[in-house]
Amino acid sequence: MSPALTADIAVIGAGPAGLAAANAAAAGGASTILVVDSAIQPGGQFWRHRTEASAGDDGHLHHGWDDYLALRAAFDASIATGVIDFRPSTSVWAVAAGEDGFILRLAPSHGPGQSPDPVVRASRLIIATGGYDRQIPIPGWDLPGVMAAGGIQGFAKQNDLLPGRRFVIAGTGPFLLPVADTVVRLGGEVAAVLESSRLTGWLPHMRSAARVPEKALEGAGYAWTFLRERIPYRTQTVITEILGDDRVEAVRTARIDCLGEVVAGTERILDDIDAVGLGWGFTPQLELPVALGADTRVDVDGSLVAVVDEGQRSSEPGLLLAGEVTGVGGAALAVAEGRVAGAVAAAEVTGRTAPGLRAERATIARHRAFAASMHRAHPVPAGWEGRLGEDTIVCRCEEVPAGAIVRARDGLAATDARSQKNMTRAGMGWCQGRECGFAVTCLSGRGGEAAPGAGHPAHAEDAAASLAQTMKRPVAQPVPLSTFFDL
Amino acid sequence: MSDEVTASFDGSPLSAPAGASVAAALLASGRTSWRTTRAGRPRGLFCGIGVCFDCLVDIDGQTGQRACMIPLAEGMDIRSAGGHARRVRPTPRGGGRPSRADGPPPRGDDGTTADNRGRR
Repeated sequence: MSPALTADIAVIGAGPAGLAAANAAAAGGASTILVVDSAIQPGGQFWRHRTEASAGDDGHLHHGWDDYLALRAAFDASIATGVIDFRPSTSVWAVAAGEDGFILRLAPSHGPGQSPDPVVRASRLIIATGGYDRQIPIPGWDLPGVMAAGGIQGFAKQNDLLPGRRFVIAGTGPFLLPVADTVVRLGGEVAAVLESSRLTGWLPHMRSAARVPEKALEGAGYAWTFLRERIPYRTQTVITEILGDDRVEAVRTARIDCLGEVVAGTERILDDIDAVGLGWGFTPQLELPVALGADTRVDVDGSLVAVVDEGQRSSEPGLLLAGEVTGVGGAALAVAEGRVAGAVAAAEVTGRTAPGLRAERATIARHRAFAASMHRAHPVPAGWEGRLGEDTIVCRCEEVPAGAIVRARDGLAATDARSQKNMTRAGMGWCQGRECGFAVTCLSGRGGEAAPGAGHPAHAEDAAASLAQTMKRPVAQPVPLSTFFDL
Repeated sequence: MSDEVTASFDGSPLSAPAGASVAAALLASGRTSWRTTRAGRPRGLFCGIGVCFDCLVDIDGQTGQRACMIPLAEGMDIRSAGGHARRVRPTPRGGGRPSRADGPPPRGDDGTTADNRGRR
């Protein structure tokens, strides 16, 4: 076995939370900080950008680009002094708690060979692995041309290109707006943005929204774009079916009532569509915290998140968490959490007293309240299960249709994600349930009643347990078999 | 600003501005899908951020590479996953494409070879 590299603090993820955490740890006096990210350059998904190897990025598709540049300047300065050791294009495929800290196993995130340091030991670990678009299946969603809304955004930011020409963006939440904005900025057409919720859902939460005025400003900017570009923004509207032979060609849409039922007479077809973006909030990437035994809970939005204290400490000694893994709330919240996590971890390894962090904690409180309001105003719409066909694919990897999941639930008592995996192979493929885990949990709940974060408390507990099962991935990322030869 | 990078996909030339991902190069070339599932359905880009593994290709002989994560590099030999290169390559089980008479291929939870189990 190769000798292990050692670090005071390891940070997994170099997005908004990870960059802020690494910088705060460096400022707090930690002398060796290892930062690992699976992408080729820092920024995470929020600040994913054009390659720095050629033209670089002027930030025209980004929000808070100046914040990124400031974080990045401090990050690069600490790399230059040797305090931060940054490993891009690297995945952490396993993690364990050892006698005096953590053991991380690294592998290249793509391409052949091994990481130069396949084993890392760190006294403190900060996990800031972010999240990805949450999906619910729709008939036809496996057609090429259908993408995650965040995937369209990331693709555009990285390549300065669009993955299509005429888009429909559908799902729920404010994130649909910047995706449509990006499409028109790059010369694409947005046939419609379909929001499943009614915006009156915000009315009870205007106080918490008003405390985060920057979000209102951002929203006003999008409203102006939508007016200028004449983008139809339809609320309480969903895609009921995506149509096409070997790629998306059209979508069928309808208005839904508050029970999620299609309102008769509102169905219509949007034609000449070659790209569809789908997103119903986000799923935090939790396999590493779950592998370490960190406590989790179901958040307001129905996503499984990890529990932290006011110092971003998890239930496991030495393990700190920042960003979307503690609850989906956006980049500004992630940066504030990262700063706290980095400062607290540095104080623990140096034995110094952590700074007060009053400003960061106030920011966290404001943004957490905003996020909770947002989640309440933009729930996953009721009734989506009823619009699935018998043969609608739920698990994309193993091509498990909705009918098989419902039959396993009703006939084989497969009422949670793990039983479904055993009986139907849902969640057993390449993505290991990342895409279908939420949907399988909802569909396999007792009679469909155990929607996460809702309903009877006993059922909500079942849903939490089922979601946690979908996050159990002892091998966190696929690696070549040769990776195991050196163990 | 855009130095052009030239690679190949299933033997045909594929080019894109430097820094574009393999997936971007494939989409820009007019392709919308570059993989076929075991059930025969076409797949291309879905999550776009390395999570869903829909966009897999073989790159320079390495199977199971995510086209959305990897920048196109000069001279890259990209093949559709489960495509031509695999069918002619002998396999440890005795080679060639499994015939129907072989019955379904083994369905183990074997990660890196998930799409290497033959097409039916």
